[in-house]
Amino acid sequence: MTKSNTQTKKQINGAEALIKCLENFGVEYIFGLSGGAAIPIFDALVGSKIKLILVRHEQGGTHMADGYARATGKPGVVLVTSGPGATNTVTGILTAQMDSIPMIVLCGQTITSMLGKDAFQEADISGITMPVVKHSYLIKETNTIPRVIKEAWHICQTGRPGPVLLDLPKDITSAPFTGDTLDPEMDIPGYKVPGKPNKNDINKMAKAFKGAKKPLLLIGHGAVIARAGVAIKKLAEKLNAPVTNTLLGKGAFPETHSLSMGMLGMHGTAYSNKALVNCDLICSIGSRWDDRINGNNAEFCVNAKKLHIEVDPAEINKIVKADAYVIGDAREVVEELLKLVEPLDTKEWLKELAFYRKEYPLKYSNDKGLTAQNVIDTCYKVTKGKAIVTTDVGQHQMWAAQFYLTDKTDYWLSSGGAGTMGYGFPAAIGAQFGKPNDLVVAIVGDGGFQMTLAELSTAFIHKLPVKILIIDNKYLGMVRQWQELFFDNRLSGVDLEGNPDFVKLAEAYGIKGFHIDKVANCERVMKEAMDYKGPCVIHAEVIKEDNVFPMVPAGKSAHHMIIEAPTTKLEKPTGST
Amino acid sequence: MTEIKKDPIHTISILVANKPGVLVRVALVFARRGYNIDSLVVSATVNPKFSRMTITAKGSPETLDQIIKNATKLVDVIHTSEHDPSHSIDRELALIKIKNTPAFKTAVVKHSKKYHAKIVDDTDKTLIIAQSGTTVELDEFEGILKKLGVLEYVRSGKLLMARGKEQT
Repeated sequence: MTKSNTQTKKQINGAEALIKCLENFGVEYIFGLSGGAAIPIFDALVGSKIKLILVRHEQGGTHMADGYARATGKPGVVLVTSGPGATNTVTGILTAQMDSIPMIVLCGQTITSMLGKDAFQEADISGITMPVVKHSYLIKETNTIPRVIKEAWHICQTGRPGPVLLDLPKDITSAPFTGDTLDPEMDIPGYKVPGKPNKNDINKMAKAFKGAKKPLLLIGHGAVIARAGVAIKKLAEKLNAPVTNTLLGKGAFPETHSLSMGMLGMHGTAYSNKALVNCDLICSIGSRWDDRINGNNAEFCVNAKKLHIEVDPAEINKIVKADAYVIGDAREVVEELLKLVEPLDTKEWLKELAFYRKEYPLKYSNDKGLTAQNVIDTCYKVTKGKAIVTTDVGQHQMWAAQFYLTDKTDYWLSSGGAGTMGYGFPAAIGAQFGKPNDLVVAIVGDGGFQMTLAELSTAFIHKLPVKILIIDNKYLGMVRQWQELFFDNRLSGVDLEGNPDFVKLAEAYGIKGFHIDKVANCERVMKEAMDYKGPCVIHAEVIKEDNVFPMVPAGKSAHHMIIEAPTTKLEKPTGST
Repeated sequence: MTEIKKDPIHTISILVANKPGVLVRVALVFARRGYNIDSLVVSATVNPKFSRMTITAKGSPETLDQIIKNATKLVDVIHTSEHDPSHSIDRELALIKIKNTPAFKTAVVKHSKKYHAKIVDDTDKTLIIAQSGTTVELDEFEGILKKLGVLEYVRSGKLLMARGKEQT
């Protein structure tokens, strides 16, 4: 191995060893914000091949690393200081953990002799983050740094990916590194990565498909992470089976494909939810039967065989009892399954679904003025569906999922599990760093954007041509929708009237601003903005009160889907949120 | 709905890396899912790189399945298993402090053989008795002494080992 330390005569310290290891892994960017306890690490970045992207808030840094990871499939790296610098990453770590995103979070820490003594800017960040990381380390010996970072790099991206945090006391990063190698053996005997999928399990699953008349393939984020798209397309076409996807499964199977039913679940298409209710077999490929699609387990696909392809053994039988399951990487499993399954006769089934599609299409009307759906639909058409889209969380996210169809893996970046507002814009920055030649559009809400908008500086300074499409309805719209539908329209804590002038705000950061407020100027301005070379904000003022439909109330099964605005009062939902 | 029944007690053996913080990670898996840990014993194994945790906890079998899977998923956990009492040997240790009176002493001596109990400290005012045995034996002996009046009672929690060739 030439990689192992060709010990230059120069003595290096722990921080320099750390950065050299990251360089050897091929890390291109570190998203960071400096501070006292992390100075040795920032010092080691001077003259490094790795480009440091100085962010304006650590949360933004974590979402950038996350967006970079989702857009490229490579781990994102974050570097922050101790105390508040470290605690500001918690939301981003949760976001990455819930959506299985490979990420390394490097936190400066007070010197080891002061640990636990309430030192200045001390926070027990490895303790604070324990429930939301895949793994973490508090490093106490300088010479263990290369082994630990190698393990972290391996753990964060294998099996079910997730964030790994390194808590790095300043004396440890400052001390001389006297180890023999920067490429030592890993020592993680307890770490389990699923091996080749079990042949018997695959045979059993292939048999289960036999005779199915109404099959449905459910594609989740695991399929995206495993790059299973090609295999899934072959499987769907061989079986003649319709395909639906979760919010995070968007892109693993082209949503423009004739077999695609689009997204299912709480705000999925009516026809995908009809497919869910009426299928006689459902096969989840990398989805964990999340409560957004399951709603009520007692009524979930009661008459269907349930099959589960899953990389994480802890997901088997967690929510849905599987009739057959295979543990393994989604791509590997589907490729094996493909060899064993026979085409199914689904003519009647596809006819039935075509009827639902015709009867209950996604739609919107311009009667009351410019709608968010219209703006997003226009964005989809103007960009020809080719943009990498990131979103925040809420109504605009659901409308974006419905109207911005995704055809390619890694082109849809959204915080699904955690539902993190403020994710979209920084994630777009990270994605643009990773994919400099792609058009990146952040579709964000007026609420979410204001949580991380400080990163406008980052976009401006690095001349990143991200397009920030702000869907401004001057409300925290999804909560307002719930209050209207389930809480007698008693609005509480949702009014955002008094928002800044987003065009002027953009200009203050040196970023071009566009404004859309009418159906009549929507397409023209959208074109201008998308053609603009450089970062820009598109402030779309849409009608204030509009609701996302279809809607399956939380805690209910898809049988209870509301397709259009109800005329009678609804009972309060029993599901979590 | 089934009526409320007492959740069964489970004994779980976890082989972990012998490192700081591992106990917290394991405890979080239990706490998050509403399992109260009744007893916990941790000690290094023959190989000092690893420790063995023996945990007894109450809760539903379905939740336990999730707990075992999620504990196993932890990077520092090598192996997790639930043990069936018929295939394992288990013991607990108790230290009991009582008043030193002739009546107490007689009672202790009378039951000492059956309950594997021994007087390990004999002062003017107090006696300390050490007992090792199964959970049932400890419970019964505690019952007897409680009637006489116990000053202090400390119990180790369950230790367990799989029988025969099977690994704990």
